Amino acid sequence: MIVISQRQGRYTVILPSQPVITGYAAVVGKKEGEGPLADEFDKIFEDTTMGKDSWEKAESAMHREAIIRAVSSAGISFGDVDMIFAGDLLNQCIGTSFGIRDMGIPFAGLYGACSTMALSMAMAGMLTDNGVTRTAIASTSSHFCSAEKQFRMPLEYGGQCPPSAQRTATAAGAAVIRDSGAGVKISAAIIGRIQDLGITDSSNMGAAMAPAACSTIIDFLRDTGTAPDDYDMILTGDLGAVGSELLLEMMEKQENTDISRVHADCGLMLYDLDRQDVNSGASGCGCSACVVCSHILRRINSGELNKVLFVGTGALLSAVSTLQGSSIPAVAHGVLLTR
Amino acid sequence: MDHMTGKEYGKMAKAASPPSPKAVNSIKAFCIGGLICAISEGLSMLYEYLKISEEGVRALVPVTVIVITAILTATGVFDKIARHAGAGTIVPITGFANAVVSPAMEFKTEGHILGTGANMFKIAGPVIVYSSAAGVLYGIIYYLSMR
Repeated sequence: MIVISQRQGRYTVILPSQPVITGYAAVVGKKEGEGPLADEFDKIFEDTTMGKDSWEKAESAMHREAIIRAVSSAGISFGDVDMIFAGDLLNQCIGTSFGIRDMGIPFAGLYGACSTMALSMAMAGMLTDNGVTRTAIASTSSHFCSAEKQFRMPLEYGGQCPPSAQRTATAAGAAVIRDSGAGVKISAAIIGRIQDLGITDSSNMGAAMAPAACSTIIDFLRDTGTAPDDYDMILTGDLGAVGSELLLEMMEKQENTDISRVHADCGLMLYDLDRQDVNSGASGCGCSACVVCSHILRRINSGELNKVLFVGTGALLSAVSTLQGSSIPAVAHGVLLTR
Repeated sequence: MDHMTGKEYGKMAKAASPPSPKAVNSIKAFCIGGLICAISEGLSMLYEYLKISEEGVRALVPVTVIVITAILTATGVFDKIARHAGAGTIVPITGFANAVVSPAMEFKTEGHILGTGANMFKIAGPVIVYSSAAGVLYGIIYYLSMR
């Protein structure tokens, strides 16, 4: 039986069939493997080149590894997958496409900057709920070195970062989403609206993204008639220390809603901020992907958490827009993960 | 409350973003920058002691510092020092050398010509362009005032 997704309120999509995440995997680089979540990851690459001769190829190899591991944890093969929704930060999303080119899976490339994991899970969830796909993959990756090269300065360039800057995670995460089976369910999804409150500083992306997270969270709560305390966790993607503080403040001041008791941020979970010299925390598509596809899904599966609203946040800037002095548009997409 | 304006949010964002530790950064930059100058002075004295001509010393000291920087950049040490030193490593010729060597390494994967060759002066290029332009301007002023 095909159950058609229903819109609830203005922006939220309820998925009555509750597509299931039957397999997932997270792979990370060396620095992420030295952080507090080290034991949760499926693989830690001690060599961040992954044995490849360029950072872009390394990212592709890492993304590929995450998908292979997720597919194997779901107990299926590539031939069973109807569509893959995936993306990364590199120009033309080569981190993704070059990694999956020989898998033979129908591929829909997505770009949502660091919100891509939430976006791909939402797309896979909605299409599976509507019977378009029976088995779909949602995956993303980012690599510190390829991101620095594209967006900032060469790796060995001796510059300083302001305390508001975040470190792009070297990580990839993948989830297999099916119409039936055992695992965490995707009960609802929300595609966010772009917000831009005029932040132009590309080394303060948390501040650029906080309004987008605020808008998506409040839209979701309003649409579903729920309050923050109805959730075990409202998990943002990669706002980092500065962005998280701004989100809580904005929620409180503008929306009169206190989410501080249930709020957590993947960007603050991946590294030990005091010990690992990462300024305001982690960022990048791989950040929320690797935290959700390990720590979070595992905690929901074990019953420690029952209801998590995961809101991935993305700063939609490019190296060109930064040089042209444009302010940074940001977007946040959400999926409701339930036990 | 109504939706925040960009101005209101900008204020809030500024208050939430911790400023760079200017005092500590300045002290570190002063000490490390000073140390680089002291080492250069030491090199100069060494070359003089080795009976190298004054002109030779003037060329050899920066060349030595550039080579040391290039080696430290290539071995991944320079950026770790520069993270603390800031202007202390950017302002001396070490900064220039690092700005040339680091993109040369980074873009090697795109080939010797369109990778390394085309990107080598990506960061240092503007310095060359504007210092040459400043040189020309100074020359004109000098020429006019000396007539």
